[in-house]
Amino acid sequence: MSRPSLLQRATSVIKDQTDPHTITMNLGRLIRVVPRSRNIEASLIFFVLGLYAFELAQVQLSTIAKITPELLAYWWPVALLALVFHIVLRFKASEADSLMVPIGLALNTLGISEIYRLDIANTLTGGQNQFGSKQVVWSCIAIAMAILVIWLVPSHLFLRRYIYISMVIGVGLLISPMLPLIGLKINGAQLWISIAGLTFQPGELAKIALTVFFAGYLVTHRESLAAVGRKVLGLRLPQARDLGPILLIWLASLMVLVLQRDLGTSLLYFGLFLVMIYVATSRSIYAFVGLGIFATGAFLASRLLDYVGGRFDAWLNPFSDLHYNAQINSSYQLVQGLFAMAHGGIWGTGLGGGMPQIVPVAESDFIISSLGEELGLVGLFAIFALYLLLVSRGLRIAFNHTDDFSKLLAVGLSFVIALQTFIVVGGVTRVVPLTGLTTPFLAAGGSSLLANWIIIGLLLRISDSLKNQPQQVVVVE
Amino acid sequence: MNREMRRTSVLIFAMFFSLLMAATLIQFVNADSLMANGHNPRSLYDAYKTQRGSILADGKLLAWSVKTGDKYQYLREYDEPTFSALTGFYSLTQGTTGLENSLDSYLTGKNSSQFFEQVNALLSGNPLAGASVNLTIDPKVQKVAYDAMGKLTGAVVAISPSTGKILALVSTPGFDANLLAVHNTTLSNYNYQRLVNQPNSPLINRAIGGDLYAPGSVFKIIVASAALESGKYKPSSMFPNPKKLLLPGTATYIYNSGEGKCGSSKAKVSIADALRFSCNIPFAELGLALGQQAIAAQAERFGFGKSFNLPMASTPSQYPTGMDASQTALSSFGQFNDKVSALQMAMVSASIANGGVMMKPTLINSILSPNLSVLSSFGSSSLGQVVSTDTATKVKNMMVGAVSSGVSSNGRIPGVRVAGKTGTAQNGAGQPYTLWFTGFAPAENPQVAVAVVIANGGGIGQRGFGNLLAAPIAQKVMRAVLGK
Repeated sequence: MSRPSLLQRATSVIKDQTDPHTITMNLGRLIRVVPRSRNIEASLIFFVLGLYAFELAQVQLSTIAKITPELLAYWWPVALLALVFHIVLRFKASEADSLMVPIGLALNTLGISEIYRLDIANTLTGGQNQFGSKQVVWSCIAIAMAILVIWLVPSHLFLRRYIYISMVIGVGLLISPMLPLIGLKINGAQLWISIAGLTFQPGELAKIALTVFFAGYLVTHRESLAAVGRKVLGLRLPQARDLGPILLIWLASLMVLVLQRDLGTSLLYFGLFLVMIYVATSRSIYAFVGLGIFATGAFLASRLLDYVGGRFDAWLNPFSDLHYNAQINSSYQLVQGLFAMAHGGIWGTGLGGGMPQIVPVAESDFIISSLGEELGLVGLFAIFALYLLLVSRGLRIAFNHTDDFSKLLAVGLSFVIALQTFIVVGGVTRVVPLTGLTTPFLAAGGSSLLANWIIIGLLLRISDSLKNQPQQVVVVE
Repeated sequence: MNREMRRTSVLIFAMFFSLLMAATLIQFVNADSLMANGHNPRSLYDAYKTQRGSILADGKLLAWSVKTGDKYQYLREYDEPTFSALTGFYSLTQGTTGLENSLDSYLTGKNSSQFFEQVNALLSGNPLAGASVNLTIDPKVQKVAYDAMGKLTGAVVAISPSTGKILALVSTPGFDANLLAVHNTTLSNYNYQRLVNQPNSPLINRAIGGDLYAPGSVFKIIVASAALESGKYKPSSMFPNPKKLLLPGTATYIYNSGEGKCGSSKAKVSIADALRFSCNIPFAELGLALGQQAIAAQAERFGFGKSFNLPMASTPSQYPTGMDASQTALSSFGQFNDKVSALQMAMVSASIANGGVMMKPTLINSILSPNLSVLSSFGSSSLGQVVSTDTATKVKNMMVGAVSSGVSSNGRIPGVRVAGKTGTAQNGAGQPYTLWFTGFAPAENPQVAVAVVIANGGGIGQRGFGNLLAAPIAQKVMRAVLGK
């Protein structure tokens, strides 16, 4: 498939349009945006890789007071994969979004630096943690997977053909931690599977499969779902039979809550579904009814199930001795995380300057409190800004696409990153109860990295298709 | 769909905004209270991470930090117990006392005067180092005072009258602060318990009122000052001189020490002679004539009821209120419920020596940054005229008489006019006396004012008296300052 030249595209625009004013405006936009994006990406990637080297150096200098060759071992594999990614994009998706790879890379490498820093603290006290080097390996695998997505998937539209397979895969992945033999329970939540000594959080990949399924299903059924049913108490309810799928998803989310004992996972999938159905149907009633029944379900669960209720109480009163010293659902970790962040204050202690290792699992669930301690409030602001920028790039793709499936898929994939970040970081900062989800790109853990880099790969693929369709760019807005 | 997506964007912004707010609450608004939370181990680790500044006196290190390999990074070390009343201790398990406590913000580098060092440390990533503190203490005088106290329990305070700078501040017995600074918490706790259980409580700072003592006859300086300030009396004013005096409203008699008449066998005795021979009956009569309000007012001007920050806070000395006549009579020669610190009595002598002007007592000469540049130096400041110059001169002359030809004779220094007053306070039937000396020298150009207090009768119950035990110690301290 040969791409139309800039001139050809511009002429096609002119042919499609009659208003000369619009033509010049859109022409200018086309010429300005297209050719520079990959070069921007390249310079940003170099900047991020430089920053990464600086972070690693700072970690080494402030913890062991010297630079060792280990720094390079942490740096070069990620740098290599990032450059390969960029080169592949030049050839296979040259018009893809130019900010997503640098942002994902910035978060991913910052995570590695902090995890490496925690490993050093652990080894200095006689431990043998190697989360950092594992994270480097997983980052490489994850970026390689994103590259494969770009390389092997010529268009995201083909996913639409497999929406029911996606559903089966998604649900299968979701329930796999509950299966005997491979299911694994960590810290009371049953979110992991263990195969041949490798632990994996399948829920991470399930979120991609389910987003694809939701997008495909909703595109097909949006007309009937949007159809107006009876009016009750001034609200137009959907037709009863169309509520079926929502109730099904709601029940599935509650199942996750009850069986996997994790409010966060359950909230993630249900929230994702609500936003996607709202965007697809324009019916805010779905969102409100959905939130209502979810809150009811969560409230009932917190009353009926000790472990859910315990998490709630520890969230509301973390400083009471009762919860702080509790054997199960203790608020110890949450409170220590708050202490870490308070210790960092506005400016932070600098990478390697704090004591984030005091907090249990500082490298995964509490990576954000570790970073909050060492980079301070300004550091967290910067991290939040990166997430927000990443998500807004995803939403921008959705805005600019005319194809409904692409729109929904892009919204879903972007929103799932935003919501997951909110639930995890909100759990650490006491906005919501603490859950077992991972912080996208930052936290130690292969499954999370894999899933989120694949999301970036998909979003890049969608964005590339967007810019290959000039008339769509022009028509929008 | 775009309208819905815009609303979704708003929702996402709201979610991240709530995270920003929560992080701001934790890291900015509530950061201090979270750091102060009892469950938070970071403050402690943090405190040990910075190299704490040294405490010096005239170039001699009294307390300093050395690098260690353990998680607390620095170990605090101390010179001899001679200086323990100054430094206090810095312990993992027992917190901090003394200057270690009151100078903490300087020693840790957290004081606002070190703002530029703090910014520099932040930007360079180098750990912040604490400031060092240079004391007004003269280590030679301190050592003379400590050694002179020997095995006695008590305190010595020596002040430069014209500046308020404290030259020596001793509390005995001292303790080895190194025992409490060890990082082994079990050992540190064990050592602490041993010090706490020791009968003469080394951890109490007796110089600044960890314990207050009955002043006995040294309080007569204050009553004499009150009398002269009232304008109704002169040093030559006469009072009846009986052998014993019935306390008003009681069946109890009081006596002069020695149970005879005061000085000569004349029917009347002057205030000056009563002070010189330290007679109780004339001062009881004087006190009753002045009234408790006048004495209390004078005591308050001398600093009673106030805490002084050296920067360690002293315990306020007390003159009782709401007394009946018999109690007023007793309080006039330093009995009943009069309670004073050695610091307070040294300040009384220093004010008389300084022409009636009381200088603010201080231990701090200057604060030095880690590179030993002076961050701030402390001049002397006046707390005001507490007695008139005229009164000060008259009281000084009476005190000179007490040493040169009175009962405070052991304060004499050959070739130097010494002003002084001894005290031997009773603490109840069968209880050992509290022994005192306070004074200054040379009388015409005072260089040092001193107060010595010895608790528990100096170990010899009711056989000791101020001139026997306390005056020789004060004399040695004054000689050390004067170089004689």
